[in-house]
Amino acid sequence: MSSENGKRLLETDAGGLNFEATELTLGLPGEPRVTSDGGAKLGSKRGFSETVDLKLGDNNREVKLGHSLQEAAKSPVSKTQVVGWPPVRGFAKRGKKSCKYVKVAVDGAPYLRKVDLEIYNSYQQLLTSLEDMFSCFTIRNYLNEKKIEQVNGIEYMPTYEDKDGDWMLVGDVPWQMFVESCKRLRLMKSSEAVGLGLTTGPKYSSTN
Amino acid sequence: MNYFPDEVVEHVFDFITSHKDRNSVSLVCKSWYKIERYSRQRVFIGNCYSITPQRLIARFPGLKSLTLKGKPHFADFNLVPHDWGGFVDPWIKALAKSRIGLEELRLKRMVVSDDSLELLSKSFPNFKSLVLVSCEGFTTDGVAAIAANCRFLRELDLQENEVEDHRGHWLSCFPESCTSLVSLNFACLKGEINLASLERLVARSPNLKSLRLNRMVPLDTLQKLLMRAPQLVDLGIGSYVDDPSSEVFSKLKAVIQLCNSIRSLSGFLEVAPCCMSAIYPICENLTFLNLSYAPGLQGNDLTKLVQHCRKLQRLWILDCIGDKGLGVVASTCKELQELRVFPSDPFDAGNAAVTEEGLVLISAGCPKLNSLLYFCHQMTNAALITVAKNCTNFIRFRLCILDPVKADPVTNQPLDEGFGAIVRSNKSLKRLSLSGLLTDQVFLYIGMYAKKLEMLSIAFAGDSNKGMLYVLNGCKKLRKLEIRDCPFGDVALLEDMGKYETMRSLWMSSCEVTLGACKNLAKKMPSLNLEIINESEQLEFSLDDRLLVDKMYLYRTLVGHRKDKPEYVLLL
Repeated sequence: MSSENGKRLLETDAGGLNFEATELTLGLPGEPRVTSDGGAKLGSKRGFSETVDLKLGDNNREVKLGHSLQEAAKSPVSKTQVVGWPPVRGFAKRGKKSCKYVKVAVDGAPYLRKVDLEIYNSYQQLLTSLEDMFSCFTIRNYLNEKKIEQVNGIEYMPTYEDKDGDWMLVGDVPWQMFVESCKRLRLMKSSEAVGLGLTTGPKYSSTN
Repeated sequence: MNYFPDEVVEHVFDFITSHKDRNSVSLVCKSWYKIERYSRQRVFIGNCYSITPQRLIARFPGLKSLTLKGKPHFADFNLVPHDWGGFVDPWIKALAKSRIGLEELRLKRMVVSDDSLELLSKSFPNFKSLVLVSCEGFTTDGVAAIAANCRFLRELDLQENEVEDHRGHWLSCFPESCTSLVSLNFACLKGEINLASLERLVARSPNLKSLRLNRMVPLDTLQKLLMRAPQLVDLGIGSYVDDPSSEVFSKLKAVIQLCNSIRSLSGFLEVAPCCMSAIYPICENLTFLNLSYAPGLQGNDLTKLVQHCRKLQRLWILDCIGDKGLGVVASTCKELQELRVFPSDPFDAGNAAVTEEGLVLISAGCPKLNSLLYFCHQMTNAALITVAKNCTNFIRFRLCILDPVKADPVTNQPLDEGFGAIVRSNKSLKRLSLSGLLTDQVFLYIGMYAKKLEMLSIAFAGDSNKGMLYVLNGCKKLRKLEIRDCPFGDVALLEDMGKYETMRSLWMSSCEVTLGACKNLAKKMPSLNLEIINESEQLEFSLDDRLLVDKMYLYRTLVGHRKDKPEYVLLL
């Protein structure tokens, strides 16, 4: 709806992924990065600082913010990370549709797929399903290649975009938290990940 | 009255049922204290750490019904760490050892184990009613024990508990001889149940008035259950998904028409909007409608449904109903007393669903409104002032603006004047939750006008200690005060220490209270327990009094420090 919402801009990227942007995307947390539309994005995550800036800064209001808000403004925290806000018990359960479809992009694929995260209970299940979904593609790739590639397969690192617009490695957070915050998935070629020291596979536990 | 024999006085006391009144009666004189304590059957303990089970049993040998609350309210929002406390086990053990003929147990925010439930089920032959709200720590095995062993069970009500589901057979544990059920609520259980067992159970429960199903009960089972129990007064639908052209759905439509006793409808944990029309025939009798857990119903669906509900007194709904939808509620539901509007997506303002406009429409259309819980994306002073003019009967007013420090978007002012108007015109207000950009001024108003206020929840508000002091000094009836992320510190905390003995509890987190002040308070007030919840590893309870305390929970008690505190709690 509102075009000022930075999150919306990222969602309406035409055609999915901008590969140049991804090199910067995987920089250290907190560093400013460039969105695919070329605009500079605030390095800080959304949160009270943005609220303060948007609502009060422009009008030069002399508002004495409480200590806690000054702190929040200094070390901005994403809304999703403020514990206990909004004060809704079980908010994650209310109004939750029984399906959560997210796009899945695979580097090199001409088209994306969609999966419903709600039908899985663990990382293992999700990744197995993705393997099935994209094995066809990989195989087709082999068959269509004029040159015969090595048979040791192309390795992919599963990554996802979270609610803040950051690209994260799949597997770090508990499964349910991942389902709630995942907006889209990207299977990234490991060769791209090598230089960033991310060669070890994701450490997801087999339990939820 | 003292010239009457005890039996006469006791008979008079039979007519005094409210806890407050009975407590007052017991304070009049020794004779009344004695008569009252022997005749008391129902006891409410708002903080399980304020008294021990042994003292409870000693004072009230005739106890039949016990209500216990454990964790502080902010535990609902993940502000209280796991294992903080609130264990019901010592209570059940003590009661089981005694000669108390317990019949009813109601727990809120407590930790309950399967062993406790089993002990409970085996220790009280007349046990009739178990109500667990926002509890955790047990599995469906514990529920099975209750089902199996409580021969005269009337009520098993599980509300919003975290229950580990062993995909059981717990429902099949109700013996064939159990025909006494009046109320069964298992909506919060996640696992499958034996549908045939459920049907048989309902069929042999002629007194069943309240049935709330979980998501695993499909529509065709619902249809069969309603055939067996057309006398239901309260129905919680589990899964409500089917093809509207199917035969099952036609049967459902037919049987629903027969269920003209249903006054309360909830659930819809899984729902196909196209099936909602089957509900319309019972809508005109509904007094309570809870659609706050129904995923995927759009504003239109909700509005169409509400239009049929002319007698509605309580409505719990998601904000996707929108301001327009609330307008329809306002023009349809003239008997409305309680409205709760929950956020469907708390973090996405893009789909902004309800604003101040919806609330103003409701206030104008529903003259009997006395209880509000409203999550919205924005609020204005003008709107609140209008609401205050339209509604002067509020008992509960809880407003949550999803951006917690948002000013009035029209004037850019804090919302002090708006909330001030609310407290000024609603003299019966007992519970208030604030949000939005707020300065000390709003607390001045609250202290001045909210004379009946018992519970106040504050977050990200105020400028200085004065704010908290206005409240502590002005709100004479205050019982529970919970504060997070406000610039209130030692000066406010220590000004009137005696005040806390008149209250149940005080919670302060992420404020500016120092360890030194807490020590000071704890030392001067032995009748209070002051707990410091310290989760970060670095502190190790260093003795620096200037340290800011992250979370403090203060409550009055008759029994000193509790023995079951976890490591991260420091009891001063």
